[in-house]
Amino acid sequence: MDTTVHLPGLTLKNPIIPASGTFGYGLEFARYGDLRRLGAICVKGLSLKPREGNPMPRIAETPCGMLNSIGLQNVGVEVFLQQKLPFLPPEVPIIANLYAQSPEEFAELAGVLGAEERIAALEVNVSCPNVRRGGVQFGQDPEALQTVTRAVVAAAQGKPVIVKLSPNVTDITAMARAAEAAGATMLSLINTLTGMAVDIRTRAPRLATGTGGLSGPAIKPVALRMVHAVCRAVDIPVIGMGGIVSAEDVLEFILVGASAVQVGTASFMRPDRVFTLVDEVQALAETLGIGAWEEFRGCLKEVSR
Amino acid sequence: MNTTQLTVQAVTPGPDPSIVDLTLAPVPWKPKPGQFVMLRPANFGQELTWGRPFSIYRCDEAGLRVVFQVIGRGTERLAALRPGDAVTVWGPLGRGFSTKPETPTLFLAGGIGLAAFGLFAEDPFRLPQAQLLFGHRLPLTAYPIYHEMAQRIPSEAMRQTSGADIEAFSEELSRRIKALGPQGLVLCCGPTPMLRAVARLCLEHGVPGQVSLENRMGCGVGACLGCVATTASGERVQTCVHGPVFDVRALTWD
Ligand SMILES: Cc1cc2nc3c(=O)[nH]c(=O)nc-3n(C[C@H](O)[C@H](O)[C@H](O)COP(=O)(O)OP(=O)(O)OC[C@H]3O[C@@H](n4cnc5c(N)ncnc54)[C@H](O)[C@@H]3O)c2cc1C
Ligand SMILES: Cc1cc2nc3c(=O)[nH]c(=O)nc-3n(C[C@H](O)[C@H](O)[C@H](O)COP(=O)(O)O)c2cc1C
Ligand code: FES
Repeated sequence: MDTTVHLPGLTLKNPIIPASGTFGYGLEFARYGDLRRLGAICVKGLSLKPREGNPMPRIAETPCGMLNSIGLQNVGVEVFLQQKLPFLPPEVPIIANLYAQSPEEFAELAGVLGAEERIAALEVNVSCPNVRRGGVQFGQDPEALQTVTRAVVAAAQGKPVIVKLSPNVTDITAMARAAEAAGATMLSLINTLTGMAVDIRTRAPRLATGTGGLSGPAIKPVALRMVHAVCRAVDIPVIGMGGIVSAEDVLEFILVGASAVQVGTASFMRPDRVFTLVDEVQALAETLGIGAWEEFRGCLKEVSR
Repeated sequence: MNTTQLTVQAVTPGPDPSIVDLTLAPVPWKPKPGQFVMLRPANFGQELTWGRPFSIYRCDEAGLRVVFQVIGRGTERLAALRPGDAVTVWGPLGRGFSTKPETPTLFLAGGIGLAAFGLFAEDPFRLPQAQLLFGHRLPLTAYPIYHEMAQRIPSEAMRQTSGADIEAFSEELSRRIKALGPQGLVLCCGPTPMLRAVARLCLEHGVPGQVSLENRMGCGVGACLGCVATTASGERVQTCVHGPVFDVRALTWD
C-alpha cells in the first residue's frame, strides 16, 4: 500500500515520526537504521540559549514506562543549526521542537527556525511538565496557549506549526480548540503525564525534582482516549503519541483519527525500534487489507451509551 | 546494524547466587576494554522499559560474557534466563579505557566493578606492567572471575566487612596511588564513593587516573539525557557516549 501521509505543508513517506526528546538530534540513531526511511524526525526540544537541565537523578523506570525530569537540556538553537542539522539526510523532513519562557521568546525562536530551509515544520512544546517557567503553564490556560500559538504562527515564515498538547489538564479538547482558533496548522498529543516514584528505603523521591513526566506503554490508554476526543473536536490534523511500541499501537492511533504518530520511549526499549516499525506498520496494514490511510483513519465504530 | 539478537548460551550462578555469569552468542563485533553493552531480554516484555548496561567481561568465539550482581527487578529477570532465550543487545557502547603498554597501570576494582577489567586479562601482554587491587564485601569465593583474572595479572584482594576494613582499604589505595607516581596510570571501576576517593587521591598525588561511572542509563545511545555527569567546565555530558570512562581531571568531584 502507499503509506504516504499528506499533511498541510508537510508530506511524510510513512506515518512514523520519532518523538522529541527521545531521538536526540537524530544523529545518535544513524548507526541503528537508515534515517531516510522515517516519515520525519522530531528533534530534541530547542531553546534560544543552551540549557543544562535539571539535577540528577532525572530518570526512573516504572512499571510499563518511565519518569523523566530532564528539564529540556539542549545545545541551543545556534549549535543545533550549525553542528547537528547539516548532518541529517536531506531526504527526511525535520521537525523542530521549540521551548521558550515567554511568547516573545517563542516568536524569536520560531523566526530563527522558520528561516531555516531544512526545517519542515515547527512543533511548539507548551506541555513540558519539567521546567519551572514556560512549558506547561502555557499549555494549561487556553488564553496563554492562544497567545503563544499566534506568536509562533506569525513568526514561522509560513512553516506549518504543530502545537503539542499536555494531558495534564481537565479538558484537553478545550485546549485543542484554542490552539486551532489561534492558527495552529496541526496538533500533536500527548506529552508526558505528571507522575512520581519514591524509594521506601532511602525515603526520598526517585527523581531529584520530586515529580517527572510519565511516558511509555503505561500511558497508552490515556493517550488514545485523548487523541480520539481531540480528533472529534477539531478540523486540523492530529499527530498522536503516547506509549506506542508496536505496529498495532500505531494503527490504533490512526483508527481513532490520528494522521501520523510519534514514537518516543520505544526507542529506549531498543534503538532500532522506529526503523523496524516502518516495515511492520506497512505489513500489518496490508494484512488487514487497508488500501489507503484515508479509508481507515478515524473509522472507529461509534459507541452508543 | 548495531542492534543484534543474541542467544543465551549459559547462565551460571556463582558460589554466591547473587553473582551471575551470562554468556550470549554469536557476537558480530570486537569491543575495547571499558566498553559496555545494553541488554534487553525478550522476557522483559513491556513491563520493563530500559535495557540494562553491563561491562563486557569477555568477548571471543565462546560469545559475549557479562558478570552481574542481582540487585533489582531487571537483574532478577536476567538471572532467570535459560539457554536458548533471546536477548536484544546493542553495543559495544561508550569510550573505554585509554592505556599504553609501557605504562605501569593499576586496576582498582570495587565489587562487581571488577568485570570492567576482564578484557585486559584476556590479553595480559597488552599491559605487561599491570596490577590489580580488588576491594570486595562478599567472601572472595563469590567472585570466580577474580581467580580467573589473578592467574594472568598480579592481583591482591582485600575484604571490607567493618569500618576498620574500609579504613585499611582506603589507606592501601592511598599508598598504592602515591607509590605509582605521575608516570603510572590508575584505572578504577566500583561504587561511587570509591570512584570519588580514588579520583581525589589521583588529583592530590598528580597521578593520571580514569574512572568508569555506573550512572543509571535509559537508552545507552546518548538520546535520553538521563545519565549525564558534570564535567570540570560545568557541562552536562552523557555518560553512555562521552564515558563511561572519564579522566579524573575531566569531571567535577564535589
Ligand atoms: C556502564 C555500566 C556498566 C555496568 N557494568 C556492570 C557489570 O558488569 N556488572 C554489574 O553487576 N553491574 C554493572 N552495572 C550496573 C548495572 O547496570 C545495574 O546494577 C543494573 O542496571 C540494575 O538493574 P536492576 O533492574 O536490577 O535494578 P533496578 O530495579 O533498576 O534498581 C535497583 C537498585 O539498583 C540501583 N541501580 C539502578 N541502576 C543502577 C546502575 N546503573 N548502577 C548502580 N546502581 C543502579 C537503583 O538505584 C536501585 O536502588 C553497570 C552499569 C553501567 C552504567
Ligand atoms: C526523556 C524524554 C525527553 C523528552 N523531551 C521532550 C522534549 O524535549 N520536547 C517535547 O515536546 N517532548 C519531550 N518528551 C515527550 C515525548 O516527546 C512524548 O510526548 C512522550 O514521551 C510520550 O510518548 P511515548 O510514550 O511514546 O514516549 C520527552 C520524553 C522523554 C521520555
Ligand atoms: S543513557 Fe540515555 S543518554 Fe545516556
